[in-house]
Amino acid sequence: MNFDPRYSGRNFSSVGTRPIRPDGVDKVTGRARYGADFNMAGQLVGRILRSPHAHAIIKKIDTSKAEKLAGVKAVITAADLPDLTDGDAAMYDILDNCMARTKALYDGHAVAAVAAIDARTARQALKLIEVDYEVLPHVTDVDEAMKHTAPLINDAIFTEGLEEKPVKPSNVSKRTQYGHGDVHQGFAQADTIVQRSFKTEQTHQGYIEPHACVASVNPDGTADLWVCTQGHFVYRQHCAQLLGLEASKLRVTSSEIGGGFGGKTHVWAEPVALALSRKAGRPVKLVMTRDEVFRASGPTSATSIDVKIGARKDGTITAAEATLRYSCGPYAGMWAEIGAMTAFACYKLENVKTVGYEVLVNRPKTAAYRAPSAPMAAFAVESAVDELAKEIGIDPVDFRIKNAAQEGTRASYGPVYGPIGIGPTLEAVKNHPHMKAPLKANQGRGMACGFWFNFGGQTCTDLNIGMDGTVSLAVGTVDVGGSRASLSLVAAEELGIDYSHVKAIVADTSSLGYNDMTDGSRGTFSSSMATISAARNAIKILRERAAQMWDISVDDVAWEKGHAVAKGETHGNLGKLSLKEIAAQSGKTGGPIAGHSELVADGAGVSFATHICDIEVDPETGSTRVIRYTVVQDAGKAVHPTYVEGQYQGGAAQGIGWALNEEYIYGKDGRLQNPGFLDYRIPVCSDLPMIDTQILEIPNPNHPYGVRGVGETSIVPPLAAIANAVSNAVGVRMSHIPMSPPRILAALEAERERFSR
Amino acid sequence: MRYIRPQSMEDAVGLLAGAAGPAAVLAGGSDLLVRMKGGFIEPELIVDIKAIEGLGEIKETADGFSIGAAVPCAVLGENAALQKAWPGVVEAAKLIGSKQVQGRCTIVGNLCNASPAADSVPALVAAGAKAVVAGPSGKRTIAVESVPTGPGRTSLAKGEIIEAILLDKRAPNAGDAYQRFIPRTEMDIAVVSAGVNLTLDDKGVVKSARVALGAAAPTVLLVEEAAQLLIGSKLDEATLERLAKVCAGACRPIDDKRGSIEFRRKVAGVLAKRVATTAYERAGGK
Repeated sequence: MNFDPRYSGRNFSSVGTRPIRPDGVDKVTGRARYGADFNMAGQLVGRILRSPHAHAIIKKIDTSKAEKLAGVKAVITAADLPDLTDGDAAMYDILDNCMARTKALYDGHAVAAVAAIDARTARQALKLIEVDYEVLPHVTDVDEAMKHTAPLINDAIFTEGLEEKPVKPSNVSKRTQYGHGDVHQGFAQADTIVQRSFKTEQTHQGYIEPHACVASVNPDGTADLWVCTQGHFVYRQHCAQLLGLEASKLRVTSSEIGGGFGGKTHVWAEPVALALSRKAGRPVKLVMTRDEVFRASGPTSATSIDVKIGARKDGTITAAEATLRYSCGPYAGMWAEIGAMTAFACYKLENVKTVGYEVLVNRPKTAAYRAPSAPMAAFAVESAVDELAKEIGIDPVDFRIKNAAQEGTRASYGPVYGPIGIGPTLEAVKNHPHMKAPLKANQGRGMACGFWFNFGGQTCTDLNIGMDGTVSLAVGTVDVGGSRASLSLVAAEELGIDYSHVKAIVADTSSLGYNDMTDGSRGTFSSSMATISAARNAIKILRERAAQMWDISVDDVAWEKGHAVAKGETHGNLGKLSLKEIAAQSGKTGGPIAGHSELVADGAGVSFATHICDIEVDPETGSTRVIRYTVVQDAGKAVHPTYVEGQYQGGAAQGIGWALNEEYIYGKDGRLQNPGFLDYRIPVCSDLPMIDTQILEIPNPNHPYGVRGVGETSIVPPLAAIANAVSNAVGVRMSHIPMSPPRILAALEAERERFSR
Repeated sequence: MRYIRPQSMEDAVGLLAGAAGPAAVLAGGSDLLVRMKGGFIEPELIVDIKAIEGLGEIKETADGFSIGAAVPCAVLGENAALQKAWPGVVEAAKLIGSKQVQGRCTIVGNLCNASPAADSVPALVAAGAKAVVAGPSGKRTIAVESVPTGPGRTSLAKGEIIEAILLDKRAPNAGDAYQRFIPRTEMDIAVVSAGVNLTLDDKGVVKSARVALGAAAPTVLLVEEAAQLLIGSKLDEATLERLAKVCAGACRPIDDKRGSIEFRRKVAGVLAKRVATTAYERAGGK
């Protein structure tokens, strides 16, 4: 592959425009097909039986009565999903999460499943399955789980990353550390030190579409899976491995996706659907209820974080330190580690140290959630940074500008930065009219910064030119945020044709080479790189065909604005050949014209954002209202600015919900109290103002168009920006997320009591 | 499961009275269907009352208003006379669920669902509304507050249906209001709520008052002491503060996922003050 991914400044004609999205009309008219909209002849209804206990040994499961119920075609337990993971610990955890083996580890953990002719029969069958549990003590709180007296969730887990190998098992699966310099020395140089502790509650991605799939296993060992996922190639690998199928014989087709945000990056119920289909000999549709989605799929970590930052009078940070404890659910994770990496990534620091602890709790398996782990770390750090600026007496924006990382700064998590956007976003915020707008009584303004790594990864695309001169683009990254439109713009740009002549689809796993999933904000970044590469390969063939049509050397043919142009004095009299004209003759000049690309998209540029928030607090009830909100973020290059803005707004909206009201509430019995949208309060439309956006474009040197991922960073600053705004509105520092009305009112009452004493 | 859509109240009552298994009345279905889909109840008989004549109407009589059991809450807001006479009742009914839900749900359903957090009930109780109950042994009219007896339980006997809610003809210088506390702006259930109904004399002094609190006890609370302290006042600051204290004290709330005891008490008092002020203004007080 001779593809050069380096950035080359160029003028764009398609990239940067805002055509309507090709999937939009289908989505708003209900015609788009989501996970549950696919049906097969003879399909059965799958349902899962879930543990009502937070922690229990499964002594025995008797399925005989359920099996005898008329209309039941298959009943399965862990015995029907034997362990084929061959020492792959991460896959074993995914398997055990799909179907509990010896212990139920959280309220909602799957223990058995049925396939029946209809939903009613399936529900009845679940009631007939008898599970004999021995209930064990449980622990759901991250700090409680770290205590020596806490119930042990897995006695095979010994804390990794300690200097001495521990002799006793623990709920802490791993300790990690990042940083450089000497923080003790750094704090000794500080004139002012701020030290604070914070907690954040567990939140769910809140995707509107529940997990849904149709599985069909054939007697010959082939199988089909139609599923709502962020990565159908990854789902194929997981399912093939867990079911003992050959990957090439399992064809996975991704449906439209009603939100994933990281929650659809590994399998939850799909292997169960396949196992049911294999046993029943018929296709099985399995759709989670909302209750199941909350109890048994993808929440993010609950956290407990200590932060200490010191600075000199002039506002220079001399040292920064954080200890981060993140809940992982009942399996080992790497969530605190990511928090430890991102916590201080915005700043230029001589002395920095972060320590992360991965903590097992009796809650559902933690999954990625949009810039996973970064929002909580940013909440703690950016709250402390605001306090420190206040104590020193410097404007919080100026304080951050003074300490912002730059090109050449060694990041707190290791690498040295190239050109980055933290400084420019801060300068843009400083000059934004929002910062100067007047505030009314009980209103406060806050701002905060955020960072996310972004990811590239394995990518494969096919670009096929039809004989009518139109182009079909097959990509393998699921479209979660408008990428089909963006990638069509890129193909049109590179080929020099109109956007309306390109149609992009997401191809199934049998039609295209392996693609990593749409996570790490990689969809448009990596697939646009592969699309540019595929288009350039197609152009090479187009030039060859034109040369053949003209009977001249291909070296004398250039590609300009969608046309083959003959070069040199000898061919000066030849007219241009359009892509359409070359395509029309392709049958006679060597057959179909296509460009393919397989690459690893390295060099995803890191991403920074700064947010501004105005909030009004009702001092009598603790109720809050977001009055105004502005997102400033670096996009590298906004391929389709409307979707970039949509990503900025979406991340901010989710962050606002997290900051103010969303939380998993567990009872003393270890059962989730609010597994539904009524009491798990994501914001509704009227809760939010129109979120303003400002796109900055600091080109990523490692992408031909300068593109950076944009999907995740926007959820990182809101928790801190809102906490800072509340602090400025009513003078109390909120250290516990969500800042729900009862928490704010309690903090206000405590403050009033303090003053009245 | 049987679904029947009778044409008369006699048939509906007869069906319910004769049902062998669990039976349910269907009007808007915004509670019933959700509970059925969630697998919480599996009724053997569903009696849809929407085809019964008169149940879908709001009648203005010499005594006031009669709101049929099948009138959707959204229709209450479209009735100018009702809106003018009982703005508090209408604003409460229009807070239930979403716009879509309001096109289906009814205040009788809200009452019979017997949730302590029902939005329209504190407003109806404050308004002194009555319920017309049809049953196997004829009709009776009872105070709205005597219908719910606890969360999910009512005083209705087997075969009884509430066919209408009655609201008095409005005296001059009277006003009512309702507010609830929710962490969101809509699509939510009251953490705590308050309804106040006041009548003033010509000088703007409160002549009669009713104060009701929702989500503050197993059933809606009618706070007599709060009403008494408002009577004879012009809702000066001191009176409002006492109102807040009395209402906070009258609450018997629980700690749950929607709010703590402490929070509910405080906010009940705050809402009572705010609602009383609005009712006073609507009654023409200054």
